[in-house]
Amino acid sequence: MAKATNTELVDLLGEKFGEQLFDVSEPYGLLTFSTTKDKVIEVLSFLKENGKINFNFLTDITAVHYPEKERIAVVYHLHSMVSGIRVRLKVFLHENDPRVASATVLWNGANWMERETYDFFGVKFEGHPDLRRILNMDELNVHPMLKQYPLEDPNRVDKKDEYFGR
Amino acid sequence: MNNNQPVYTDNDPQDGLVTLNLGPTHPATHGVFQNVLQMDGERIVSGVSTIGYIHRAFEKIAEHRPFYQITPLTDRLNYCSSPINNMGWHMTVEKLLNIQIPKRVDYLRVIIMELSRIADHIICNTIIAQDTGATTTFLYLFQYREHIYEIFEEICGARLTTNIGRIGGLERDFNEVAFAKINKFLKEFPAALKEFESLLNRNRIFIDRTKGVAEVTAENALSYSWTGPLLRATGIDYDVRVSEPYSSYQDFDFEIPVGTSGDVFDRYLVRNEEMWQSVRIIEQAMEKLKSEPKGIFHADVPDFYLPGKEEVYNNMEALIYHFKIVMGEIDAPKAEVYHAVEGGNGELGFYLINDGGRSPYRLHFRRPSFINYQMYAKMSEGMLLSDAIINMSSLNIIAGELDA
Repeated sequence: MAKATNTELVDLLGEKFGEQLFDVSEPYGLLTFSTTKDKVIEVLSFLKENGKINFNFLTDITAVHYPEKERIAVVYHLHSMVSGIRVRLKVFLHENDPRVASATVLWNGANWMERETYDFFGVKFEGHPDLRRILNMDELNVHPMLKQYPLEDPNRVDKKDEYFGR
Repeated sequence: MNNNQPVYTDNDPQDGLVTLNLGPTHPATHGVFQNVLQMDGERIVSGVSTIGYIHRAFEKIAEHRPFYQITPLTDRLNYCSSPINNMGWHMTVEKLLNIQIPKRVDYLRVIIMELSRIADHIICNTIIAQDTGATTTFLYLFQYREHIYEIFEEICGARLTTNIGRIGGLERDFNEVAFAKINKFLKEFPAALKEFESLLNRNRIFIDRTKGVAEVTAENALSYSWTGPLLRATGIDYDVRVSEPYSSYQDFDFEIPVGTSGDVFDRYLVRNEEMWQSVRIIEQAMEKLKSEPKGIFHADVPDFYLPGKEEVYNNMEALIYHFKIVMGEIDAPKAEVYHAVEGGNGELGFYLINDGGRSPYRLHFRRPSFINYQMYAKMSEGMLLSDAIINMSSLNIIAGELDA
């Protein structure tokens, strides 16, 4: 199969989803777009199962916290091994109640990626078979990758973040 | 929600099952892995993997460190092939900054990366043999890992956690000794690998222990997002070096070995063949270096390439640049970038979001060991304990990469 291009992909997705996909951009050649949280499984399964584009491989799931916007973005990286292109899908969730449907219905590999995202960001993946913490201890009561938690112990006076970077 | 919590004690004496804690520290797991298994005699009925014993919060630390201070963190992901991680990270930053790398630097990097791939595969394959009881092969081939580390030592001064290279190239050129050592390695290693193969490839005992053990179909491997030698052993020819060539891999002539059944024996064969291909790539790179202008070992990016120590101590400008680079004072574009390299275990991805601050806004490592390992407990169901041990060796899970 010939290498599909990002423009073809945008046309195809635009035809199918129209306004439900927005913020389309192409940083460093990697097609990036966002969708709403109730559409995410529909978009992912279209990307996966459409024979023309065939994004059969889930590369990664992770999240990013934007405290000024009060949002947590869940980021999916998909890869079409047939046509050799990647795509990035983002879903912005409100930080007070980050809930999104689980992608484990489409890929088994999503299981631990979502557990990791839950562990570090507190995103609740609905329909996940086993949503427990994975790297941190079960007794931890925070989600440490959220921006409000500092890296260093805040009580230390000799090590301030501004001296070491951010 | 907590139905998969591991059961640490035998809570039902009537069910005939024995709870076995395999790990966290068990000599056969070669790292800190815990699997709580329910055993029916020698057979595993079910298992739960518990991971995170050496979690060091690299992603959180990376949000507070300038680019150069993140390189040592990547060393400690897959510490059996640190140079690949270092260069993957540097290439991610170069992609962010749109830096063009001279061909000679690319070839020097390819030599280092392929040497570390060989070191990584030597560890995995000799350990599979070791776990099946064949100590001889382990001792024969393992010394070549030492020779590779001596080459790294010559290039960057370190052996295991190398912190090799800079944004834009390498810290220094290969010296004569390094080239001599690489040539010596290229001359001697094929004979040793041949000997290693002739000891195992048609060895009845080894085949009986590995063939048909832990077979994985291609569909299942794709669904679990497997990459690297494990995916290739199931018959899918996916290799980042070919599908998205970085560091001039498109200039090289090599093959992607694939297996058929995805069992332990196929994984072993795929890794062996990859070592042969890596030798081929290094030979080609050495040949290509001859036609490149001598003495170029980094791109011309004074804003991000750390000046040499000699200059820093004697030249005011260099000192200022050194300070600015170390403190992350120089602006980088506000953008997000995903870059993947073919690590020893599969696709090692770096997802970097830069907001113009001193350190990344967010850095996520796509760690192949973490993603490859999640099938382990499921695969082990119905397997003999001794087979599960061999299966774990052949997955080549590196604790540092698993837990980040």
